[in-house]
Amino acid sequence: MPAANPAISAAVRRIPPPIYRWLGDRIFLAGVVLFGLSVMALAVSLALVLYREGAAAITTFGFFGFLKGTTWDPALRLEFGALPFLIGTLVTSIAALALSFPPAIAVAIFSAEYAPRWLAHIIDGLVDLIAAVPSVVVGIWGIFVFAPWMRETFYMPAYLWAADRHPDLLPLLGSPIGYGMTTAVIVLALMIIPFTAALSRDAIRLVPKEQREAALALGATRWEVIRMAVLPYARSGIIAGAILSFGRAIGETMAVAMLIGNKNTLPFNLFGAAATMPSVIVNEFREAVENLHLSSLMAIGFYLFLISLLVNLFAAYLQRKMAVSGGRAV
Amino acid sequence: MNLKRRHWRDRLMLGVLSAATVLVLIPLFIVIVYVVVQGIGALNGDFFTKELGSPARAQMGQETGLVHTILGTMVVDLLALLLAVPLGIGAGIMLSEYPDHRLNPLLRLLNDTLNGMPAILKGLLAFALIVKPMGTFSGFAGAVALAFVMLPIIARTTESALMIIPWSIREAGLALGLPRWRVVLSTIIPTARVGLMTGILIAFARAAGEAAPLLFTSFGNNYLPSHWSGWLLGPVDTLPQRLYSLAISPYKQWHEMGWAAGIILLSMVIVAFVIGRLAWSGSRVAKR
Repeated sequence: MPAANPAISAAVRRIPPPIYRWLGDRIFLAGVVLFGLSVMALAVSLALVLYREGAAAITTFGFFGFLKGTTWDPALRLEFGALPFLIGTLVTSIAALALSFPPAIAVAIFSAEYAPRWLAHIIDGLVDLIAAVPSVVVGIWGIFVFAPWMRETFYMPAYLWAADRHPDLLPLLGSPIGYGMTTAVIVLALMIIPFTAALSRDAIRLVPKEQREAALALGATRWEVIRMAVLPYARSGIIAGAILSFGRAIGETMAVAMLIGNKNTLPFNLFGAAATMPSVIVNEFREAVENLHLSSLMAIGFYLFLISLLVNLFAAYLQRKMAVSGGRAV
Repeated sequence: MNLKRRHWRDRLMLGVLSAATVLVLIPLFIVIVYVVVQGIGALNGDFFTKELGSPARAQMGQETGLVHTILGTMVVDLLALLLAVPLGIGAGIMLSEYPDHRLNPLLRLLNDTLNGMPAILKGLLAFALIVKPMGTFSGFAGAVALAFVMLPIIARTTESALMIIPWSIREAGLALGLPRWRVVLSTIIPTARVGLMTGILIAFARAAGEAAPLLFTSFGNNYLPSHWSGWLLGPVDTLPQRLYSLAISPYKQWHEMGWAAGIILLSMVIVAFVIGRLAWSGSRVAKR
């Protein structure tokens, strides 16, 4: 060993007293845990506060009675039931998920299996960019471009055809104003594609190389490798991604509120206006004057919380089963 | 199934998959092009220097703009970052630097739950916690609502950014006799700088586009506040919420301003997103 380096011995001499590390570590840990605790407190208070604010409506109409009620009348009778919005949310989200799932999987497979690295990079970036486009920007495009285009191209011809040939279909189709269920579902599907695509892509990339090589060695074509060796292996990850996208669809607010037409009574039909849980909150919260009305909107928020919680926990459970580590904030 | 048919099918699937990829990306370009084309006409000097005022102003062709909206967005977004960044990074440090802490599984679960919650619910929470006791809509309440949106994202990205740093670096610091907190603050955080910035930018991009939480908290305002305290304690205009109000208004002139607000909002979000992404992939390549 060479002679003591003067810099090191100076540093050794400057070693602070033990109280410095003991106290410093205690204080640092306490501070960090305090921050962690406040994040936890925030999540818990979200549930508690929404329940407290919605309690008046929930006790007036009953925990399930509020969900089962079909009347939403903030003006005369002050009777509030959330069934139209519950149905609107579930129907639009399920339809949007069904519509977005095939193209999202296709993008994921193409990017992870076929595209060369530079192209995959570009595709991944653009798909993630779709998720970054603000909901209101999609909404303004929907209001002035997409909804009128859908009306002229699909709704009016279909409606006129039905009026001509099958008048019995008319109540099913609903009025072809352009702002309604189908328009909202298509836009919603577009907005959740990036979530399904990104999570499926990650799941596909995690499939071990040996899995593919084994299938290739058996003489499988590229597509057969994907179908027989890759997709089954990545299945639970893909399903978890789809469920997380479903959670996104449930909570998607602005674009839906701007395009769904906002009709608070059942029944909903194919082209006609409808409403979802977030859309009714956006539309009525700022104008709600009656305490019970305000409380009912908060109660809808509470049920929205419960549904999102169930969906997220289920997806987390599936992902844990798949045992993929690392945090991805999509 | 003979070999020829299998190969044919292979090529067919490749065609279907690439077609679907193009189909998914087309709407993105359509939206961007429409926003730019429709809004560029309203992006003039008045847009950046005048306040909006009543609808009559726009209809009579008087000068109107969104200067109060742009300033309000800056105030609310910056304040939200100020609130969310320390908390989020602190929670992220707890998750990555104290992996054995007993509360960590619960923190991770609750943080992910919070992250998965619709932003509109965080707006309702900020309404109940801030607007109701204060008795007025305020820029501060809007910032708190956006901070609720950013917080779980920052915590999660901080955790991943710190986890990438090899444990050997921490061990080296500890072996030199540094206390644990100095190891974290002087070696781990500076090394993970780029990752942390990326997380903050991603959180910013997500929160800056949210209109729903702001509708019940900062509410909106057609005019500049008369006193500087009005930015924090009174109703404040922000871009996403103003864009929504303009788009659903019945005035043609306001629609055009809505598209122009879309240009600003979109470029803000895209710039944050692209910088964050480039920095992220750059830092990853450097480490390989």
